[in-house]
Amino acid sequence: MYPASSVIVFTVLSGLGFGFLAFLGAGLVTPSGWTAFFLWGLGYALAVGGLLASTFHLGNPQRAWRAMSQWRTSWLSREGVMAIATLLVLAPVALSDWLGLGWSRLPGMVGAVMALVTVLTTSMIYAQLKAVPRWNHWVTPAMFLCFALAGGAILALPRWPALGVVVVMGLALVLSWLIGDRRFAEVGQTMGKATGLDRIGTPSVFDPAHTAGNYLLHEMIHIVGRKHVARLRILALIFAVLLPVLALALLPGAVLPRAVAATAYLIGAFAARWLFFAQAEHVVGLYYGKR
Amino acid sequence: MNVQPALSQPIGDEIRQTTCYMCACRCGINVHVRSGKVRYIEGNRDHPVNKGVLCAKGASGIMQITAPSRLRAPLKRVGPRGSGAFEEISWEEAMQIAVSWLKPLRETAPEKMAFFTGRDQSQSLTGWWAQAYGTPNHAAHGGFCSVNMAAGGIYTMGGAFWEFGQPDWERTKLFVLFGVAEDHDSNPIKIGIGKLKERGARVVGVNPVRSGYNAVADDWFGITPGTDGLLILSLVHCLLEAGKIDLSYLAQFTNAPFLVIADGPDKGLLMQDEDGRHLVIDRRSGRPAPWDGEGVQPDLGAQWQGNQTVFRHLAQRYLSPEYTPEAVADRCGIAAPRIRALAAEMAHAAFDEPVEIARPWTDFRGIRHETMPGRAVSFHAMRGISAHSNGFQTARALHLLQIVLGTVETPGGYRLKPPYPKPVEAHPLPHCKVTPGKPLDGPHLGYVRGPEHLALHEDGSPVRIDKAFTWENPLSAHGLMHMLIPNAHAGDPYRIDTLFLYMANMAWNSSMNTAKVLEMLTDKGPDGEYVIPRIIYADAYASEMVAYADLILPDTTYVERHDCISLLDRPISEPDAAADSIRWPVIEPDRDVRGFQSVLLDLGARLGLPGMVNDDGSAKYRDYADYIVNHQRRPGVGPLIGFRGADGTQEGRGDPNPDQLQRYIANGGFYQAHIPDEAAFYKPWNRAYQDWAVATSIFDKPSPYVFTLWSEPLRRFQAAAEGIGPHQPPEHLRAQLRQVMDPLPIWYAPYGEADAAGYPVHALTQRPMDMYHSWGSQNAWLRQIRGMNYLYLPTRIWEEQGFREGDFAAVASPNGEIVVPVAHMAALNPQTVWTWNAIGKRKAAWALDDGAPEATVGFLLNHLISERRAGQDGDNGRLSNSDPVTGQAAWFDQRVRITRVGPRDRSEPAFPPVTRVVPEGTIRPGSPS
Amino acid sequence: MTCLPARTDKKLGLAIDLDTCVGCNACVTACKGWNDQGYGVPLSDQDPYGAHPSGTFLNRVHSYQVVPEQGAAQVVSFPRSCLHCDNAPCVTVCPTGASYKRSEDGIVLVDEDICIGCGLCAWACPYGAREMDQAAGVMKKCTLCVDRIYNEALPEEDREPACVRTCPTGARHFGDFADPDSKVSQLAARRGGYDLMPDMGTRPTNKYLPPRPKDRMDAAPLAPLLDIKTTGFAGWLDRMLEKF
Repeated sequence: MYPASSVIVFTVLSGLGFGFLAFLGAGLVTPSGWTAFFLWGLGYALAVGGLLASTFHLGNPQRAWRAMSQWRTSWLSREGVMAIATLLVLAPVALSDWLGLGWSRLPGMVGAVMALVTVLTTSMIYAQLKAVPRWNHWVTPAMFLCFALAGGAILALPRWPALGVVVVMGLALVLSWLIGDRRFAEVGQTMGKATGLDRIGTPSVFDPAHTAGNYLLHEMIHIVGRKHVARLRILALIFAVLLPVLALALLPGAVLPRAVAATAYLIGAFAARWLFFAQAEHVVGLYYGKR
Repeated sequence: MNVQPALSQPIGDEIRQTTCYMCACRCGINVHVRSGKVRYIEGNRDHPVNKGVLCAKGASGIMQITAPSRLRAPLKRVGPRGSGAFEEISWEEAMQIAVSWLKPLRETAPEKMAFFTGRDQSQSLTGWWAQAYGTPNHAAHGGFCSVNMAAGGIYTMGGAFWEFGQPDWERTKLFVLFGVAEDHDSNPIKIGIGKLKERGARVVGVNPVRSGYNAVADDWFGITPGTDGLLILSLVHCLLEAGKIDLSYLAQFTNAPFLVIADGPDKGLLMQDEDGRHLVIDRRSGRPAPWDGEGVQPDLGAQWQGNQTVFRHLAQRYLSPEYTPEAVADRCGIAAPRIRALAAEMAHAAFDEPVEIARPWTDFRGIRHETMPGRAVSFHAMRGISAHSNGFQTARALHLLQIVLGTVETPGGYRLKPPYPKPVEAHPLPHCKVTPGKPLDGPHLGYVRGPEHLALHEDGSPVRIDKAFTWENPLSAHGLMHMLIPNAHAGDPYRIDTLFLYMANMAWNSSMNTAKVLEMLTDKGPDGEYVIPRIIYADAYASEMVAYADLILPDTTYVERHDCISLLDRPISEPDAAADSIRWPVIEPDRDVRGFQSVLLDLGARLGLPGMVNDDGSAKYRDYADYIVNHQRRPGVGPLIGFRGADGTQEGRGDPNPDQLQRYIANGGFYQAHIPDEAAFYKPWNRAYQDWAVATSIFDKPSPYVFTLWSEPLRRFQAAAEGIGPHQPPEHLRAQLRQVMDPLPIWYAPYGEADAAGYPVHALTQRPMDMYHSWGSQNAWLRQIRGMNYLYLPTRIWEEQGFREGDFAAVASPNGEIVVPVAHMAALNPQTVWTWNAIGKRKAAWALDDGAPEATVGFLLNHLISERRAGQDGDNGRLSNSDPVTGQAAWFDQRVRITRVGPRDRSEPAFPPVTRVVPEGTIRPGSPS
Repeated sequence: MTCLPARTDKKLGLAIDLDTCVGCNACVTACKGWNDQGYGVPLSDQDPYGAHPSGTFLNRVHSYQVVPEQGAAQVVSFPRSCLHCDNAPCVTVCPTGASYKRSEDGIVLVDEDICIGCGLCAWACPYGAREMDQAAGVMKKCTLCVDRIYNEALPEEDREPACVRTCPTGARHFGDFADPDSKVSQLAARRGGYDLMPDMGTRPTNKYLPPRPKDRMDAAPLAPLLDIKTTGFAGWLDRMLEKF
């Protein structure tokens, strides 16, 4: 799949944002005053920024509001509804923290759960797609949730618990690769099945259907070199896991380790998410003899 | 709930029915017009050619009509030729320039003006114009296209494949399609194959390449190129050996029972009586009798005073062991048992499953037949069998095969379309007598019957610039357009002054040896003048050729013009009806362009050509439309057969009708004259058909004839080569003529085989079904389907050299080398490579970007193909790369050597861009962006 | 509405005969031409005369070569367009309700006025049936020429999809698969019409009719009239003509 920057930014930032908001809502950090304004603001900015980024992916962003309507069947619609609902539910807690209103934290607990459900809905946009075998597996939501939690943990939790969550996220990421690499073969779609010509013999492309480009070739058939993948995976692990772990374990102070870990995490997450898209093979590639 | 879309929108304000021009099929189209703009084009369901369907080209005609490559105004060259530097001029100036060049030539040396047309669909006008001008140098593109298909058919059965006939799709049970390049007659063949598939009839393909129709064939014979004739004669061998031939048919309807003279000055000709009527032995009397005598029953096995029947000659020849499947298998690349199986299938379909229509008819001998029996096996052939130096005889061999099976013009077999069947004798002879200031003595092109009809001067030198109708290629019924520029450049046989071309991309894909031709077009003599001094070119689009002309006459597109698809030319008939059609301007041009035919008539009037001016010297025809309605070739016979006579009720013959075009338009743009049921089959021999053909103006008198298994015209040339007769060939051609002018079909290896040692692979091209020559690339939709081409390599070569996806190969021939992208094709003869034709483009032509894949990666095979025959030596080295009988360009004789060069991103050779005569296309018309 | 209808009254679709399709691309441009001026926005092209052309088409014809275990390699032309699935994943993923399946005839359509151009439906389709129009930013797909088949401004015989009307070989058949007696149902039953990627669970309406078995010519060689070597030509001629 084409690794569009809008979608990468969307999933990384909104994942981080909702992960962080979940910790804030759950009260695992309870800032007040301008610190609260800043931290809640950061959470909201990441979540909303991610959502806004996603609209750059749209052909007609001015109609984006319509995406709320089909929550009964559409994970994308559910994601939109959940995101807005979560941000609304958490708003009184944020206000209360900032202005010291002392309101109930109950909405925060509910909002925390909703934030994680939002991340789940985001992941399900991809995990539901049978046509993309790499994504169509429970490891996709697991990996998305781990990324959100790890990002939130880096920003919200004390260094050692945070470090633990980051390590778990690293394991989830590696697991998603190991499982993902086998998925296409596991699902078993071939050019023969895609065309039904396996009943005659082994098919291959003779003449291309079109020599010009089209949406399918651009959007769904993105070929990444094997070496490139290996390098990017190492990079992703170094930045998303190793550097945050080192920063959290070794750097002094309260802000510095978080800042370094969060920056490294973002870089690593972008790399991992780029791979998540670029490596995903859509079965339509079978018709073109390209994956 | 979703809002229901509006589902009953009309497409446009109006449907205008005209004729497609996206290839030579000439299908009927419904052009939906809204506010003067074309909205949608679909097939006309009532039309005889396409019956509603339309191909990829026709259905995207709207992109052709609006292509940015359309020329916009007359152009005059202002820079060096080939630089593409032009200035726009007025039509008046353009016409004055043309007259100033052409008028003095006509008065002094009309032969110095050569007028050749390419994908011309108005040949009855252009030929008539050239005749009136008086130059002997005129032809259309048939010589480089497929004159072998036409001449091989006409010299054998008075009709040919392609649009001149078709299998009896409703009744045939076995359909055998020969030859690569499945382009001609494409919609009718597709419709026909669909009918066969619907009925579950069998389709067999004999073709080195299994694409297109061969891909749906039930059985595929991946023959080695150039050996079709050998395979066919081996099939004839098998059928003869088993006695599976139609004796009754051969005796009644072919010259098989004619007696061949055994000795003397007429040796090899057929016995005649004093009235010149060919003789057969009548079985009733055992005595000679005229072949067409009342009630005569010809005896196939007769001998008379030592003279044997044609049947005896042919049986003896093809029963020879040299034609056994085992003897030909290796050369054909087909195992002997498969050849035998194919022969058995044919015999089975023909003789075990006969079809019969209960319909009485009377033959030309007056014998009444109660039924129409037929043979349910039919054949068709594509250019592949004919674009070889043995193509004429191969085409003849195929007709021999269908004739011995008794399938031609019988139910279930191959059916000809009016004006065919039409024997050689009913065709004109070629004419070439030049008188300055006067018309030529007759039509240029025709069918010679013997050496006396060649277009030669007293000294034996060729009259025509293309050397058509000479000993080098005596039966060149369509001329040799591919030799026009090389001969004019070489001054062989003489130099010309003005080259006048219409719709022929001679500076690119329509020439052999393209790079060399470009040099010839721009070459200057010692005097600093161009060797070919003047070139006038008429076309609708900015093709590669435009840059090489001095004066450009911009044509309209096909929806902006009048045209007639005439029975005087290549008609659109059906086996059950004669048909013709028109084009008319369904939209107005938005540029300063004019239909070429109207321009030609205007030019003719300005030159004072007979037939084009009134007595007072004024123009006789306002425009082409006026000509279509009012021109009479013979009294009462004009370009169109429908709605003739003052009241429009006459068919075939009748006075001009001023409302004729309106009547055609009201009738969907075409007219059909239906053949009576009793005349529908056995047409050459069917009295009812002959009478109908006379009434419909196809013949002036009934012209029954028998099929020509033994060809006297060929024999006359062969006899001359043997030293018989007053007209003698030059010594260097004697041996060739003795061999190739055999009166019975033969096979010989294509020329160049002997020199093919270093070039072991056959190289072919074929036109994709979605492109017409070079036109498709200017079409925004079609070029997305096929914007570049690969050279397809068979598995053997692919694996031997370790080719991989993305690789290029160097392809070498004795004429040069190209470097091109390759792809693997498993369903391909192992000795053969091929590519799609005319996808490669010159940079900046056709209003495409310089970086267009057509110009960077797309390629032509033409650079490898010499216009001269390979392996010649001495001063005879100027023989053309053509069939020695007809002059058909031998494109498919090409041999090459393939070498892997690994991945590249550009093909070679790369030519510099031509200067643009129209701006580069950016946004496609009608596009929302 | 992106809920799929529990059942549809009709199941309109195509039976595509791979034994007959010669790969001429007529259906491709007829479709492009019709839908460039018909339902919804035109089908735009980008860089149409340039180095990197691309554009929106609703129907594409692929060409495959197939090497059987025995016998010669084959070439199969393979048209590909929307299959109007019963269990259409492209419909349920749509967040706006633009993508829907009609309960009356099963046609899957996009309401372009609601489509936000997110592309998720195209991702969900295993068959590549949907192409986003790059000029309009809305999803385009085969409508089964819904604006032809019910179009009262067209003559009745023309109320079929443009690709079917133009197909020169008649390899494309349009009809109602819910009716077991319809031509398409009968064809599919008789010729073994099959689904593409059946284990995707999409339950396509369109059926592909497989190529018939090829290269099975097994006629026994013809028996010679007699042994010409011993009888000579005269013997052959006598035997040949005695029947005549």
